[in-house]
Amino acid sequence: MTRKNTNKFSFAGYGNHRLKLWQCPSFLFALMGIINIASMLGVYIIVSKYDFPELVIVSVSVVSILIFVIGGAVIKNVEKITEVSRMKSEFISIVSHQLKAPLAGMRWSADILLSDKLGDLNDKQEEYLRDVQENTTRIIRLVNDLLDISRIESGRMNMNIQEIGLKEVVEDALKEFNSFAKANNVKLTADIGENINKVKTDPVRIKLVVHNFIDNAIKYADNKKGVVEVCLKNKDENVSCSVTDNGVGISKKEQKRVFDKFFRGGNVVEKQTIGTGLGLFIAKAAIESSKGEIGFSSKEGQGSTFWFMLPSV
Amino acid sequence: MDKNETSKNKILIVEDEATLQKTLTEILIQNDYNVLNALDGLRGLEIAQKEKPDLILLDIILPKMDGFEVLKRLKKDENTSSIPVIILTNLSDASDIQKTLDLGATTYLVKADFHLEDVLKKIEETLNI
Repeated sequence: MTRKNTNKFSFAGYGNHRLKLWQCPSFLFALMGIINIASMLGVYIIVSKYDFPELVIVSVSVVSILIFVIGGAVIKNVEKITEVSRMKSEFISIVSHQLKAPLAGMRWSADILLSDKLGDLNDKQEEYLRDVQENTTRIIRLVNDLLDISRIESGRMNMNIQEIGLKEVVEDALKEFNSFAKANNVKLTADIGENINKVKTDPVRIKLVVHNFIDNAIKYADNKKGVVEVCLKNKDENVSCSVTDNGVGISKKEQKRVFDKFFRGGNVVEKQTIGTGLGLFIAKAAIESSKGEIGFSSKEGQGSTFWFMLPSV
Repeated sequence: MDKNETSKNKILIVEDEATLQKTLTEILIQNDYNVLNALDGLRGLEIAQKEKPDLILLDIILPKMDGFEVLKRLKKDENTSSIPVIILTNLSDASDIQKTLDLGATTYLVKADFHLEDVLKKIEETLNI
């Protein structure tokens, strides 16, 4: 579950691309700089000690060739890294499409059997068939998330931006999560301000963000006396939505990795094994493509507040 | 019975995945539609021109001729240009969706994201039932 952030400009980051130290562009670049400085000093010493102009020309030429060779290696390896990253995105995209066809086949076959058009099922048969359907839905969601990740990483996330009201989105979500909250012993409350301004975002994506916040909050709220509060308000030029729980919280050490893909908190994994760690990563990309802001505050053992803000129309 | 057959809506499914084609056909027949099937794009285009169905369900990735080309030719031919086309595919890039809508598709469904009943509802909506 622990992944290093490969976007950082460091030698260690290139380990993920299976490159040796001498293949790392940043290492080669540093080497080039050192050679450059050393050679200038060398030339200065040679010129001040000996009276051989030919020697100066030879050393400058040698250094130039060296820099040229190293520069070439830097470019080649940067190209290699770009290619690896492009192939990774393409691979995810192809695999996802190939996976979706049989998954749709499974889902639709189960649909036909459950529609009773081919004869009645007994309770046990129906129960197991619903399990097949539920699990198929779960894989489809995962495949869609992976596809989203590959799109986000190649900078072409699907966003269908429209002018919408967040009040309806939040109220619908509250209705949908009512029974889930009860089943988890969680008191789900809401504080929705008046005359909430409209915002510009993708209605499907924003619904997923709100669902993701509430779903996480309920899952990780206090076991016995869980409380989750959803808050929606106009705030200056923005509309702000926050979800607060009184659950396990996130440790200080893990806080900076919360929006990383595949990240799942240590205390969370102990409590809930289901989850991919993709939801918040996608949520961040969705909010940022709507020119909004996303964040959280948390204290381990006391709970967390996740929020996002979108500019009012 | 004969009278019934002619009053039924005729739907052409252009789909090369056997399971999907079979399940779609099954549910449409159960719901009283006349179903025509084509397993590749070229055959789909031929059947559409000959049979003039009331609605076409069209996949994008197809053998012989892809769904984009089929759609383009359907909309160019005045005999078939008014037939509503529902794109039923697993491609979900915004650019693919926009391309089919620009070419004149009525609506676009990503197969894996919809239950069979939802597809049926979209068909009914499109046919105004």
